[in-house]
Amino acid sequence: MNNRIFTELDSDKKLLSIYFTAGYPHLNDTVKIIQDLENSGVDMIEIGLPFSDPLADGPTIQESSTTALKNGMTTEILFNQLQDIRKTVSIPLIIMGYFNPMLQFGVEDFCKKCNEIGIDGLIIPDLPLDVYQEQYETIFKKYGLINVFLITPQTSEERIKKIDAASNGFIYMVSSASVTGSKSGFGKEQESYFKRIASLNLKHPQIVGFGIKDKKTFAQATETAKGAIIGSAFIKHLTAHGTDNIESFIKSIR
Amino acid sequence: MKYHVDEKGYYGEFGGAFIPEMLYPNVEELRQKYIEIMYEESFQKEFHQLLKDYVGRPSPLYYAKRLSEKHGAKIYLKREDLNHTGAHKVNNTIGQILMAKRLGKNRIIAETGAGQHGVATATVCALMGIKCVVYMGEIDIARQAPNVARMKMLGAEVRPALSGSKTLKDATNEAIRDWINNPVDTHYIIGSAIGPHPYPDMVTRFQSIISEEIKWQLKEKEGKENPDYVIACIGGGSNAAGTYYHFLDDMEVGIIAVEAAGKGIDSGESAATSALGKVGIIHGCKTMLMQTNDGQITEPYSISAGLDYPGVGPMHSHLYKSGRAEFYSATDEEAMRSGLELSKLEGIIPAIESAHALAIFEHKKFNPDDVLVISLSGRGDKDLQTYIDYFKLA
Repeated sequence: MNNRIFTELDSDKKLLSIYFTAGYPHLNDTVKIIQDLENSGVDMIEIGLPFSDPLADGPTIQESSTTALKNGMTTEILFNQLQDIRKTVSIPLIIMGYFNPMLQFGVEDFCKKCNEIGIDGLIIPDLPLDVYQEQYETIFKKYGLINVFLITPQTSEERIKKIDAASNGFIYMVSSASVTGSKSGFGKEQESYFKRIASLNLKHPQIVGFGIKDKKTFAQATETAKGAIIGSAFIKHLTAHGTDNIESFIKSIR
Repeated sequence: MKYHVDEKGYYGEFGGAFIPEMLYPNVEELRQKYIEIMYEESFQKEFHQLLKDYVGRPSPLYYAKRLSEKHGAKIYLKREDLNHTGAHKVNNTIGQILMAKRLGKNRIIAETGAGQHGVATATVCALMGIKCVVYMGEIDIARQAPNVARMKMLGAEVRPALSGSKTLKDATNEAIRDWINNPVDTHYIIGSAIGPHPYPDMVTRFQSIISEEIKWQLKEKEGKENPDYVIACIGGGSNAAGTYYHFLDDMEVGIIAVEAAGKGIDSGESAATSALGKVGIIHGCKTMLMQTNDGQITEPYSISAGLDYPGVGPMHSHLYKSGRAEFYSATDEEAMRSGLELSKLEGIIPAIESAHALAIFEHKKFNPDDVLVISLSGRGDKDLQTYIDYFKLA
């Protein structure tokens, strides 16, 4: 499988990945945000497909989703916005969203559309590993999509190994027992968790998410991990500054 | 056993555990242990002792003579309204607090819509001396002030759910987020037969005390264990699940569910999930739910806060899809009228939720010798203001 995510993972650098909610702050900001992120040197982008009931997200991402839906964002519209994205953008693009909207679109249709557009992977927090393997893995693979699984500080070593075996790109390492956007900096607990995971010598690299918000936390997270994902902090930046100043936010991280 | 949960947590195509990885350890621990713990001798002894001495069970199976004469059928009411805290909800919270203790948890969270489940949870937490946090939509807090006061008196902290539509589904989201943030010491007491496996089955088993009692009570009164019909209202569906449980495989027993049609199924203000819903994922399970074509969960409406939920439990989706149960829906108006009728004919003021079950007579004719058991899931005290406003009684 030839996938842009592999190219990034194979490089020597630490990866900076940015999450944003599609349709926020305005319905048609999607393409500009993606282009500006790439031009600012971001290595990978997670495009959030907004959902009415995002269980794993904190208030920042939830509110951005509510606004995006009010702005009229739908799965169909997002796909239309992304139709020509590969003419201008070459870094890996991942769609992150909850399972119900994908189920309603039709999982195979959804994957097919992703493939046509040039989406590289999916992160679906509420699609459990066993259901994925039994019902959807063949479809994802048929359309060249990498499915990214999460691990948390509470995930047992046995299950981490199972998830590692089932993965085919990177592992999304949730930094702490929390929803998105809720921790202020990393302490000893995270440090020892990061070290513990590093010592497992997993087959797949880990990218840390949840709680990364600035230069310091990005550096802490990528000390052992391959990269880190910033979500809520970037959404807050968009809320405060709109889409004109994306580069200054990215430059403040690295 | 085709109507019961299978070993993977499904009822037919419905159920499962569609949860983020953050919840996996907690839900998995529960899945592995719940049956074993629940059927331990010491658990059963403590559970039944509390149901008897604290809740006041068995709840009577009452032959409603005047209501029977009016509607031309032999109508029995299962009096869950006479339970401590005024509804069936406490059967489940007693069970789950004992479960939480055995799992070594020392903090309880719950979601509540109208506040009945919140009160039932706060009650058992007070009983056991365990810290309790109840999430409730900001809008519901404003319209259910007496239950908020009850929870506070019982020592619970009531936290407003400020996200989304600020009602039950958002309170449930907030409770789930709390559990993600507090994975080690906290047990989440879900109040209905919903959520990721094993919740629907666990809640159903705790509520199945209702149908267990109906069987022997009806035997005493009618000389047979099985009625012709069991009838219950359905929001998420915990009282219905408990009322049906021991009759699921007795095919001679008709199962009837009454949903809340709100202002009418096609009015845009309804909670009739079987009529308006499609298969999807809500709060960790695959079930019938009300949603847009794009898969966004929509906000339901019913005059009854307890039926104001955009989904039904996976067991009920299966009962509907397989044709095992007949589904009806009653409008606000039909339910209110039926509630008033029961008050005048039998001297029992029902919860508006339960009044939906009584509204079955607006939709279905029975034979004079049909034996019906209707779950009177709660009492109407909490709904007095709604009744007063609706009928302009003051």
